[in-house]
Amino acid sequence: MTGLLDRRLVFVTGKGGVGKTTVATALALFASERGRRTLLCEVDAKGDVASYLETGPTAFAERQVLPDLFAMSMDTEASLREYLKLNLRIPVVGRIGPLARAFDFVATAAPGVREILTVGKLCYEVRERHYDLVVVDAPATGHIVGQLAAPQAINELVKVGLIRSQTDWMVEILADPARTGLVIVTTPEEMPVNETMELAGRVERETNVELASVVVNRVLPELFGRSEEEVFDALCRPEPARALDTAVEGDAGPVLAAARLAVTLRRTRAGHLERLRAGLDRSVPMLYLPYLFTRFHGLRTIRQVARSLGEELGF
Amino acid sequence: MPHSGAPGRSAVSSGASLQGLMASREIVVACGPGGVGKTTTAAAAAAMAAVRIGGKVLVVTVDPARRLADALGLEGIGNIERQVPPEAFAAAGVKPAGELWAAMLDTKESWDALIATHAPDARTRDEILANPLYRNISGRFVQSHDYIAMERLFEIHATGNYDLIVVDTPPTRNALDFLDAPERMADFFSSRLLRWLIVPYRSKLVNFASKPFYQVADRILGTQFLEDIAQFFILFQTMYDGFVERARSVQRLLAERCTSFIVVSTLEAVPLREAEFFAEALTDRKLHLGAIVLNKVLPAYLRDPGGAAVAERLRDHSGEVAGLLSGAMEGDEQQLQRVLAEIGQSYVDYRVVAEREAEQQAELGTVPEALVSVPFFDTDIYDLTGLLLLGSRLWGD
Repeated sequence: MTGLLDRRLVFVTGKGGVGKTTVATALALFASERGRRTLLCEVDAKGDVASYLETGPTAFAERQVLPDLFAMSMDTEASLREYLKLNLRIPVVGRIGPLARAFDFVATAAPGVREILTVGKLCYEVRERHYDLVVVDAPATGHIVGQLAAPQAINELVKVGLIRSQTDWMVEILADPARTGLVIVTTPEEMPVNETMELAGRVERETNVELASVVVNRVLPELFGRSEEEVFDALCRPEPARALDTAVEGDAGPVLAAARLAVTLRRTRAGHLERLRAGLDRSVPMLYLPYLFTRFHGLRTIRQVARSLGEELGF
Repeated sequence: MPHSGAPGRSAVSSGASLQGLMASREIVVACGPGGVGKTTTAAAAAAMAAVRIGGKVLVVTVDPARRLADALGLEGIGNIERQVPPEAFAAAGVKPAGELWAAMLDTKESWDALIATHAPDARTRDEILANPLYRNISGRFVQSHDYIAMERLFEIHATGNYDLIVVDTPPTRNALDFLDAPERMADFFSSRLLRWLIVPYRSKLVNFASKPFYQVADRILGTQFLEDIAQFFILFQTMYDGFVERARSVQRLLAERCTSFIVVSTLEAVPLREAEFFAEALTDRKLHLGAIVLNKVLPAYLRDPGGAAVAERLRDHSGEVAGLLSGAMEGDEQQLQRVLAEIGQSYVDYRVVAEREAEQQAELGTVPEALVSVPFFDTDIYDLTGLLLLGSRLWGD
C-alpha cells in the first residue's frame, strides 16, 4: 500500500469529538516538516485549524502559515467563482450576484453540487501539482461518503454538460490509490469504533477511494503488566492500604481509586481496539496515538501529536 | 456495578432538576455536538421518566449503538414505535410507573410517508417518489435528516398517544441546522428563484435558450438534470401549501411551552464550545433551554489536594515508601516500587485533565435552569440496567 505521505490527496474524517481536526493538522504539520509542500484544507469552516496552529483565520485563498505549510478553508461559493473563471471565461463572472443566488438554490436542491465544488477544488490543486500533499480536514463520518462519492453520483445524475466532463478527471484522481487516500480517525470507545467499521464498509462499497489508514487517537497508557497488577490488587486490600496511608502520611485512597479507574478504562478500551482490528481488513494500517494529559490544545499539542504520528509512520 | 468513581460525589445539580423538567413538558429535545453520549442520555432520561414519573413515554432515536438498539428492542423495526417489554424492566429489577416506548428514525421512510400525506393524488405521489432528485434528497441530503426528525416529532405529538416524547437529534454539520430546517424548507419551496428556474419547463412559449441564465445553467448542469429539477419542483408545487403550512407548524411546536431542550456535552474543549454556542442559539430564538447535561465528567477525587500530595510523594519517593511497606506487603520490593511510582504518575496525569474540566465547567457562559454532571462510566451502557443507572445520575439521586 502507498505510504500516507507519498500520496497527493489525503482526506481525514472521523466521528465528531474524536480529534479529526487535530490529526489532520498534525499530519499536515508533520509532512511539511519532512519537506513536503503541504496544503491543509478545513472543509467545515469552524476555525479550529487556525486555533490549533495558533495563527489568524484561514480563508479560501490559501495562506502560508509555517514553512512548507499552507492553510485554507473551503467556501463553495468562492470555489464556484474560481471554477467559472477558469472554465467558462464568460462575462457573467463579473456579475456573480444573481448566479450566486441561483447557485445557492440549485446547490440546496441538488445534493452533490456543494460536495463537487469542494472535492473539485481539492482535486484541482492535485492535478495542477501546486502542492506535494493536500490534507483535507473532511466532514465527519456521516457526510464523508456523500462527499467522496459526489463526482460519481453527479456523473450518474448529469448525463451531459460541462460538469459531466469535469467529473471524469476527478473520479480518476479519487480512484487512484497511489494519489488519494482516506484516513479515519477514531478513539477506542464503543460508538467511534462501530462507526469506523461501518464507514470502512461504506467507503469500500460506495466510493472509489482507498482507506489508507485508521488512526486510533487517545490510546490510554498501560499502567502495569499482569504481575504488577497483582501487586496493585494486594496493595488495595485493607491492611496494606492502611500501611500505605501511614507510609505517605496521608490518605492514599484517591490515588488508589484513580489507578483502579485508569486500569478499568484501559481494559474497556483495549476490548474495543481488538474489535476494531478484527473488523477491519488486515491490509489497512492502524496507527495509534497516545492520550495527551495536557492543559491546553494548541500548537504544542499538535507538535506532540505530529511526533507520535511520525513514529507510527516509521520515521 | 458497571460504574466507577465515588457515587454521588461528582454528581452536581443546580436549582431545578431534570426530573421536574421531564414531569412538566410533553416534548424534550436532546441536542448538542456528536460523540458526547446524546443518544444514550436521551434514552436514559426517557427510561427514568417511565419508571419514576409514569405515563406513556416515547424515545425517538436517530442512530443508536447496536447493543442499545437491541436493549430497547429497536433492531430492524424502522419507524414503528414499539413498547420496551415490561420483562426488560423486570430483568433490571424495576417496576416502572409507566410505559417506555421507542422508535428509530428512518429518514427515507419518513419522507415517503410525508409525500404520501401531502400528494394530491396517487399519480403525483408516484412521480415524486420516482424522481431521481427526490430520491437523492430523501436519501442523502443532509439537511433533510434535520427536517424530517422534527417533522416526525410533530406527527407523533399530534397523535396524542404519548405523555412525554424524548427526541434525540441527528448529528448535524452545524448545530443549528435542525432548528432552522422547517423554516428553510418553507423558504425553499416558496422561493421566487424556484419559479424562475422552472418557468421554461412550464411554458414552451419562453425561449429559454435565449436567456443567459439558462444558457449558463444548461452548460453547467446539462439539460436532463435541469429537467429533473424542474419536474421535481413542479410536482412539489402541488403540495406546496400543505408542506409550508406543516413546516410552520413544526416550527411553532418547538417554540411552545410544552417543548424544552436539553443540551448534552462533555467537558472537552471542542464539544463544550459547540454546546455553548448551541445553548446561546436556543436562548436567542426564545426556545426553552431546560438543562445542560455534562457527560463523562471525571470523578472529583482526582482534584483532591491531599491526593495530589500523596501522588507526588509516591512518584518521587517510591523506593522509600516501598521500604516502609515491607512489613505489610510480601514479594518483590522493586516491583512494588514500580507500581507505586506508576500509580503516583497516573494520578498526576489524570488530575491535569480533571482540573481542566473543572475549569471548563466553571467558565460555562450560559446558565440553564438545571445543570447536571454525570460521572464517567468506565464501561459502555448497553442494557436497561445501565440506562437506569445513568438515569439515576441524571436525576441527581
